[in-house]
Order: sequence, then structure tokens, then C-alpha cells
Amino acid sequence: MRVQRRMLLRLGAAAGLAAVAGRFAVQAQPSPRIVRITARKFTYEPAELTLRLNEPVVFQLTTLDVVMGFSVPDFGVRGTIVPGQTTEVAMTPTKIGDFTFLCDVFCGSGHENMDGTLHVVA
Amino acid sequence: MEPESFGRRDFMKLAGLGGVVLVSGCASTMGSTRSGADTDFYFVQLSDSHWGFEGASINPDARGTLRKAVAAVNSLPRRPDFVMFTGDLTHTTDDPKERRRRMTEFRDIVGALEVKEVRFMPGEHDASLDNGKAFREFFGETRYTFDHKGVHFIVLDNVSDPTAAIGEEQLEWLRADLSKQSREARIVVFTHRPLFDLYPQWDWATRDGARAIALLQAHDNVTVFYGHIHQENHFMTGNIAHHSARGLMFALPQAASQPKRLPIPWDAGAPYKGLGFREVEAERSPVQYAISELPVG
Repeated sequence: MRVQRRMLLRLGAAAGLAAVAGRFAVQAQPSPRIVRITARKFTYEPAELTLRLNEPVVFQLTTLDVVMGFSVPDFGVRGTIVPGQTTEVAMTPTKIGDFTFLCDVFCGSGHENMDGTLHVVA
Repeated sequence: MEPESFGRRDFMKLAGLGGVVLVSGCASTMGSTRSGADTDFYFVQLSDSHWGFEGASINPDARGTLRKAVAAVNSLPRRPDFVMFTGDLTHTTDDPKERRRRMTEFRDIVGALEVKEVRFMPGEHDASLDNGKAFREFFGETRYTFDHKGVHFIVLDNVSDPTAAIGEEQLEWLRADLSKQSREARIVVFTHRPLFDLYPQWDWATRDGARAIALLQAHDNVTVFYGHIHQENHFMTGNIAHHSARGLMFALPQAASQPKRLPIPWDAGAPYKGLGFREVEAERSPVQYAISELPVG
């Protein structure tokens, strides 16, 4: 019984340390920038965005008409945007340049032109 | 001397019809003929006719190009064993009635092909907005297999799901089908989108295409013919050759050659430039496919 109690105390101390460490980790990590993008046939608004290198972003995506996709192949992220819902896609731009984002869910005549550009700067 | 007594490519040279001839070689040489049916043959691949597309600066003969292609196939010196349409038969529309009207017209036009077998598969313009419903009404299943003179053909549907996925259920179907084929079997896959990541920035990919390739990779003699990108492209993944075909409505630029994947404008000085179809001669020993690209006009 005493052993069990000592173990519990140890576990409690470890959990406390983990919590402290976690708090430091959270403080060290900048909050992601929220970027809202609205999709509609066959455009994104905005279609051009400037992001900072290594600054985490969360895209909050909505669609005004049909199911759409949001894909950034160069960073390996994507999401499906369903009418009436907000889709979140997290990404950290790790290279500088201009990168395409596009709709990867076929949405009609004009789908092929539905894209935008992320400008990643230092 | 009758044309039939020439080798196919020899005759093409004599007729002055041959475009680029590319040989898609595979690893092994087949053994002796298993049956008399295992003879060399050739088929024609037509793709991306986008019937219903309008845009005079892109194709001022939008309602004539497909008919010209049909006439060109009918004027080939030898009849192909079959014709395969690899998708985007029609240009998409939100209107289900208009979609069926376009499919009706398309079917009527290609009904003039003087070929014993004409096979179809959908592209995303035909199938992605209704999950293949209208296509199936007109042309049958969106995926299937058939065997012809010793070659096993697999038609894979990577467009009825608008997310450009083959899907678990179809991958399982593919796995089961391939399990009946020997490692050395001659296998040809028809698909609309590229199975590999040709250029995902322009949606030139299949989301789970790598899984299909992994299944196919277990076989020695697999070749893939596809459409979607409206131009020739030849690419290897392991021992699998992938060949895309030209379209019959408009050409598209090479991947990453310009910011947008906009159709290449019509060139009045060179009408129908970039459009065309191909012949594929399936040779049994060694296993290879001789490809000839042919113009429309």
C-alpha cells in the first residue's frame, strides 16, 4: 500500500513537471496565424496571400456553394470544404517562394482555373 | 503486295502517316504461344474529346474535330481490333439534361466508327458531378476488365469520385483481379488521370494512385495508357510505363511551363496542332507496345 502511494506521488510529480514543460513549450511556440479563405465556383477569396517563412498558419476554409477542395501540394496539406462547415488546415511554410493552392475536388466547368498563390517571404 | 503483309510500322512509314514511334518495352519475353489467339494486334486510343466545349479562340472547329478523328480512324489502312476512349468524352455541365444531350450526340458521332469494338471509360468531366450516373446510362460500367489476344486489360475509374480517388473498394477489386494473373501476364491499364503524381499543382494526379501502382508493380509486364493532360507524356514508375494521349478538343501546356493550366490557343497557321490520337501495336514477343501518334486534320 505504501509502495503504491509512493508511486502515485512520483507519478504526480512527473505529471506536474510535464505540465510545466508543456507550458514552456506552448510559450515557445508562436500562435498560428489564422487565415480565412472563402471558396465559391470557381474562385478563392483571397486568391493571393503572403505568408512568413516558418510562421505556422491555420487556414479556416468555407464554401458558399458546393463541396470544394483546398490543396497545397508543395507542402503536402489539403482539406475538403463542405457547405455550412468550416474546415481547418494547418501548415507551416518551410520554404520561400510562390506556391499554388488549388481545388482538388472536381466542382464543374471552371474547376481547372480554381487556384491561388501563396507568397512565402522571409 | 497487300498492306497486311507488311509489318504494321513498315506500312505506317510507307503511308507517311507515322508520328513519333515509341516502343514501350517490358521486362520479359513471353514463351511459346499459349493459344492461336495470342497474336500481335493493334488498337486505337482516343481521348478527351470534350464534346460540348465552346471557345472559338481555342478550337473554332469544336463541333467538327471529333468527326474528323472518326473519319481519320475509318481511313486507316487496316482496321484496329478495337478503339478505346480514355475519358472526358464530353465537357462537363451542371445541367443533367444537357449532360445527357452531349452524351447522346457524342455516342451518335462515334457510332460512325467502322470498328468492331469501341470501348469507353469516363473522365472527370463525364462523371465527377454525378458519380458516373449518366455515363453508366449511356456507356456501361466505369470500371471493368477484358481479355484480348493474350493481353489482360484493366479499366480503372479514378474520376467518378470527385476527389480523384480510386477508393478502397475498387482497389480491393483490382487486387482480386490481379491475383488471378500470373507475374508474367501481359497487362494493360486504361485510366483517365495519371496514376502517379505528374503535377499535383495542376490536379494531374490520382489521390491514391500510388496504391494502385504498388499492386501493379508485382507484375512484370504492365503498361498504362491514360488521358486527362491533353498531350503526350511518357513516364516510368519502376517497371511500369505510363503513356498519356493527346486530346481531341484542345491541347494543354507542359506541366509547370506556365503559371496556369490554360488551353493552348488555336494556331490558325497550324490547325489542329497538338490534337490527335494514337495507334498502339501490342507485340507478343518480346512484350512491347509500339506507339504511333497520328494527327486529326
